[in-house]
Amino acid sequence: MAKPMHPTPMLDTLETGPWPSFVSGLKRLAQDKDYVVDVLGQLETSYRTRKGYWKGGTVGVFGYGGGVIPRFTELKDDSGQPVFKDAAEFHTLRVMPPPGMHYSTDILRKLCDAWEQHGSGLIAFHGQSGDIMFQGATSENVQKAFDAINALGFDLGGAGPAVRTSMSCVGAARCEQSCFDEARAHRTVINSFLDDIHRPSLPYKFKFKFSGCPNDCMNSIQRADMAVIGTWRDNIQTDETLARRYFAKHGMTELVNNVVVRCPTKAIQVVDAKQVKAGPTISSVKVDDTHALQIDNRDCVRCMHCINVITGGLAPGKDKGATILVGGKRTLKIGDLMGTVVVPFMKLETEQDREKLVELAQKIIDFFAENALEHERTGEMIERIGLVNFLDAMGIDADPNMVSCPRTNPYVRTDGWDDEVARIAAKKVA
Amino acid sequence: MSQAQVQDKPRRAIESGVPDNQQYLHPLLKKNYGNWRYHDRPRPGVLHHVAHGGDEVWSVRAGTQRQMDVHTVRKLCDIADQYADGYVRFTIRSNIEFMLAKQERVAPLIETLERQGFPVGGTGNSVSMIAHTQGWLHCDIPGTDASGVVKALMDELYQEFKREEMPNRVHLSTSCCEINCGGQADIAIIIQHTKPPKINHDLVANVCERPAVVARCPVAAIRPALVNGKPSLEVDEKKCICCGACYPPCPPMQINDPVYSKFAVWVGGKNSNARAKPTFMKMVASGLPNNPPRWPEVSEIVKKILYTYKEDARAWERLSDWVDRIGWPRFFEKTGLPFTKYLIDDWRGARASLNASTHIRF
Repeated sequence: MAKPMHPTPMLDTLETGPWPSFVSGLKRLAQDKDYVVDVLGQLETSYRTRKGYWKGGTVGVFGYGGGVIPRFTELKDDSGQPVFKDAAEFHTLRVMPPPGMHYSTDILRKLCDAWEQHGSGLIAFHGQSGDIMFQGATSENVQKAFDAINALGFDLGGAGPAVRTSMSCVGAARCEQSCFDEARAHRTVINSFLDDIHRPSLPYKFKFKFSGCPNDCMNSIQRADMAVIGTWRDNIQTDETLARRYFAKHGMTELVNNVVVRCPTKAIQVVDAKQVKAGPTISSVKVDDTHALQIDNRDCVRCMHCINVITGGLAPGKDKGATILVGGKRTLKIGDLMGTVVVPFMKLETEQDREKLVELAQKIIDFFAENALEHERTGEMIERIGLVNFLDAMGIDADPNMVSCPRTNPYVRTDGWDDEVARIAAKKVA
Repeated sequence: MSQAQVQDKPRRAIESGVPDNQQYLHPLLKKNYGNWRYHDRPRPGVLHHVAHGGDEVWSVRAGTQRQMDVHTVRKLCDIADQYADGYVRFTIRSNIEFMLAKQERVAPLIETLERQGFPVGGTGNSVSMIAHTQGWLHCDIPGTDASGVVKALMDELYQEFKREEMPNRVHLSTSCCEINCGGQADIAIIIQHTKPPKINHDLVANVCERPAVVARCPVAAIRPALVNGKPSLEVDEKKCICCGACYPPCPPMQINDPVYSKFAVWVGGKNSNARAKPTFMKMVASGLPNNPPRWPEVSEIVKKILYTYKEDARAWERLSDWVDRIGWPRFFEKTGLPFTKYLIDDWRGARASLNASTHIRF
């Protein structure tokens, strides 16, 4: 039994209503832990004063420079003592999840036991970077908690100017749209940069994310310095049984309004089943005896919409791989940036393919480490130096897939034009 | 070496990195890895996946509070042991999924989850759980709470989580400062500071690396200064955009204010490439009070936008697709939100958001 609760009238109102309540969870923990009694006391104070009371500091585990988020209370009385002394330290361990965030109940129970013993008992599945966040340990217990978690096969994630914890979608494990083995790519890449995760020494954070198709369920394009997003090069695959099943259920109005009209490049049409075009870049499938869908794959931008609507009836092609986009981030400092295309397509099937992905990542991180200003993300660095300088450093040729349109101003020195044309021509011949 | 010395020596970490997920996959997922054919949704909250070889798996998705006590996690484990062969996974929006080998387990599992207080839903064209941040519970720079805002709002959107009645999926996020860890969303709720930082000049010299703080400001409004004989920093308040970028590297530059840190609401963020390219969200409302424990003013605006979208958008239109069709004037007209001068961008690249055409909607 723990000490009596502090009054928490404001937090108490968050125990009403149908959605699961984190306050009820904290109160359950507070039955056994003075620690959580005081955490609730401080949180109630924040609700009352509308102020936060945690400050950072330096707490870590032996051998690592990051992965623990230290929190010390700033809520002190007149003599400088913590108002809630049992919650004076409330550090978080960021722990990397398995790809796709799959768990057995066996491992979850073991993680819970470790955290109940050494920490507050509060766990967030998962933080915005993908970490399992073990929230609330004293300075003394951080090492013990880590030792127990580490012994279960889990390792700390990133914090500060480091390669960060990554996420990948459910992918090949349970999704028909998966275009590469997300989990293997995720592990191969991240486990190649463990030193850069555990010992922060970059200009700023560097994030990878892995999404199996352009639906980008990991939101990688706006959250990752290097986004690996699955795609395919050949024709959309079709399955007549499933296409007919869709049409029988939804009819022509929905087929036209929800599928054909919504294609961003008008690559898909409804045609007379007897007049379907044939050709190496045409996909077609009958939806009933008289109508068919016909897709000119040269016009398709692999947006996923028609495949999402007629899942299985239409499917990604067989020549699968990924597009690599670099530079996504949120506002600070220069404003929001989406990742932009650096590699339009690369195969990700074999160990060798994945090694190439690691090599590219290493090149990007090395260049970032050398050239970014302090607290500058890759997207901001590229904005400052221009994409062309970045591509030159990477040894990647310019490709029209990297732009929405060519430049709209003449402010560029082009006296290298002829040499560049000759270089491209020579490369084509070779 | 004595026993005591061995114990004193810190344990060296096993740098094992990301664990292999194969050991944690439900047997049916492992068996059909990379070999799925299609899926459908028999009812809200349930995904039915069919493999090329004919295997079928039913995934039941339920909402959680994300910040979970070990007792709640164990309760979910008990349920997974009873119905789902002892395996679960989590989605990016902190929903839990139970994979079932048999269809007849779906209904009893749903009944059990709902009885234990975990709403089943969050699939397809529903309002899924809100992506959110840490807030007062754990962050060192929060303007507000995160879990509480989310709990309050999900209480109000509970039925929309459990039903699939939206034109397309709706993703929400909240963020307790302008760094926006919550991320892009169809509707996002983000702290918007409205006053420059209040500087404690007694502490700046000892706590802050001043050149780094000066460099952090997006509008070069911070400069070194001597204040009361002490080296400190001063802010050109005419230039200051109240973004709070100086606060993390220099806590004595307090940006959070119980009254003047407000909420803004943003709409139309989309990460997916489906239909239009991914889009950033746009600010459509601001000046909402930070009003714990239930933030009713914020909920009201979010619901107004959400239900206008629900009423007016066509099937498969995400919020951004809907606005593309009806236009911003109609968005503000239909939602009743005021369009103020503060919503016209003047940051770098702003010209791209101006209307360089005579395309006008009347």
